[in-house]
Amino acid sequence: MSAREFAKDQPDSFAFSAENEETIKAIIAKYPDGKQASAVIPLLDLAQRQNDNWIPVKAMEAIAERLDMAKIRVMEVATFYTMFNLAPVGKYFLQACTTTPCWLRGSDQVMKCVHDKLGLHGHYETTDDGMFTLLEVECLGACVNAPILQVNDDFYEDLDYEKTAELLDALKRGEAPPVGSLAGRNKSESSAGATTLAQMRPAAGED
Amino acid sequence: MLKDEDRIFTNLYGWQDWGLEGARKRGDWSTTKDILSKTPEDIVDAVKASGLRGRGGAGFPTGLKWSFMPKEPGDQPVYLVVNADESEPGTCKDREIIRHDPHKLVEGCLIAGYAMRATAAYIYIRGEFYNEARHLQAAIDQAYEAGLIGKNASGSGYDFDVILHRGAGAYICGEETALLESLEGKKGQPRLKPPFPAGCGLYGRPTTVNNVESIAVVGEIMRRGPEWFASFGRDKNQGTKLFCISGHVNNPCNVEEEMGIPLKELIERHAGGVTGGWDNLLAVIPGGSSVPVLTKEICDDVLMDFDALRDARSGLGTAAVIVMDKSTDIVKAIARLAHFYQHESCGQCTPCREGTGWMNRVMQRMVTGDADISEIDALEQVTKQVEGHTICALGDAAAWPIQGLIRHFRPEMERRINERQAGAPSAQAAE
Repeated sequence: MSAREFAKDQPDSFAFSAENEETIKAIIAKYPDGKQASAVIPLLDLAQRQNDNWIPVKAMEAIAERLDMAKIRVMEVATFYTMFNLAPVGKYFLQACTTTPCWLRGSDQVMKCVHDKLGLHGHYETTDDGMFTLLEVECLGACVNAPILQVNDDFYEDLDYEKTAELLDALKRGEAPPVGSLAGRNKSESSAGATTLAQMRPAAGED
Repeated sequence: MLKDEDRIFTNLYGWQDWGLEGARKRGDWSTTKDILSKTPEDIVDAVKASGLRGRGGAGFPTGLKWSFMPKEPGDQPVYLVVNADESEPGTCKDREIIRHDPHKLVEGCLIAGYAMRATAAYIYIRGEFYNEARHLQAAIDQAYEAGLIGKNASGSGYDFDVILHRGAGAYICGEETALLESLEGKKGQPRLKPPFPAGCGLYGRPTTVNNVESIAVVGEIMRRGPEWFASFGRDKNQGTKLFCISGHVNNPCNVEEEMGIPLKELIERHAGGVTGGWDNLLAVIPGGSSVPVLTKEICDDVLMDFDALRDARSGLGTAAVIVMDKSTDIVKAIARLAHFYQHESCGQCTPCREGTGWMNRVMQRMVTGDADISEIDALEQVTKQVEGHTICALGDAAAWPIQGLIRHFRPEMERRINERQAGAPSAQAAE
């Protein structure tokens, strides 16, 4: 368990956008009548996406009302799940996995690079310009492509110090490098070429 | 080696279209209506005969699990819940199914759902798999549009919905009752059992929770026949399996292989061997972070299946093979897992909440040798006090890696402590 705190500065109000109100109707319809509480995680996610990647208390209250839940039940969910940010984060929210499979493949170098280039250590620290926030996280579930750095919704894989530096530089320039392996390999196949399924591989030139 | 024509996940590496058209070319959805013309009992019997055991870690026979569902559920809903909360360190196989072969999962939901008389499937995917969830949702949408699921699914006369639900970051939600709690909109804290989900699961209704891979292979088992699937591997350990090979190998990768493949062959044939060669191997965690580590001597000839690894006092788990060569600080590798379990304990049971923290703190001191020799025994004792004394298996999962370390690497732990007490600088301080 990791205790996390709500931001000290909270906005006075929160309202879902008209577009998100429509999305909310579609989300609630996925669950049986009377079971609308199931929508609490999707709605917290929606609120976070609408509000620059963090969830103010007012949004939790709005969701509690929308789903006919006690406020505390929504807050419990918001604090229990690590993907919900309870305070503002940078434009690029960096989540570096350092669990054993990533550590064995050099996640220390990824962390060092982020520290060297951005001065960040790990626990929700944000750069002064508000561009980057770093969080050291547990297994992201892409272990054969370790080490992984998640940037907002995207996984960047097969990193080392230099590739992490290039990635951060690109992000600083406002570029978004193609998601996935930065070592030039395809998905989770062996970097020496897949050892199986030869007849399924598209011929050269064919997409 | 498994022949390519016997592989189920032929788009494992995403070379082809993952959408409906590509899926149809690979044979998915080709005979779904015929399969659904069988009785639910026939399908359950076929899955039992295939020897399929749950691919999420516990290895419970899948067909048997389905048979626990009520035969006459009445007009109230019954649920299949698919566990796509893939979070066990080392494991990244379901991700490939979801992003490259999502229709295998959607079709499997329909067939499995029919076999257990379910009215709907909820697929609970870990929140971090955002891009993967987009593929899966698109595949579900395609299947609805094509009439493959929904009302009169695939022309079978059977109505079946498939709904995707994203989680939000919590390893514990891979535990089936924590997953159900989370799906109902609560903190992901495991439920006391009994009642078991087959009697009282999602929304209090009969529910079966299955891993993604277990469900995604069902279509091929029904098409090719249970004998085909059962022809691979050893008795009670049959079928093909996705393996994830990570850590100190030359070419980390995912690969589908026959159950029971020797560990050494798996690593050397598919992952380019251990870095520095087989003799440079120190240890392997063969089935995801929760199972005890194995030494090289065991790895030399152990087979990769449930019973062989149980006999080696470890487990197949999720078949996530974490390889560590001789450069590895093995105490630190296991200490990092102790940190993981402390972070991921849901906090509900005292032995786990307090025990994972205590074990982590002691393990961090074991890394530097800043401990007393007697504390190794104390540590082992505490793992035994956590193991089996909690509502769910997370306590066990936190205990086993440390037990494995003490069993196989006690001399290394003692060496550090002795050196530290003799005044030598700790490994960390020397760096």
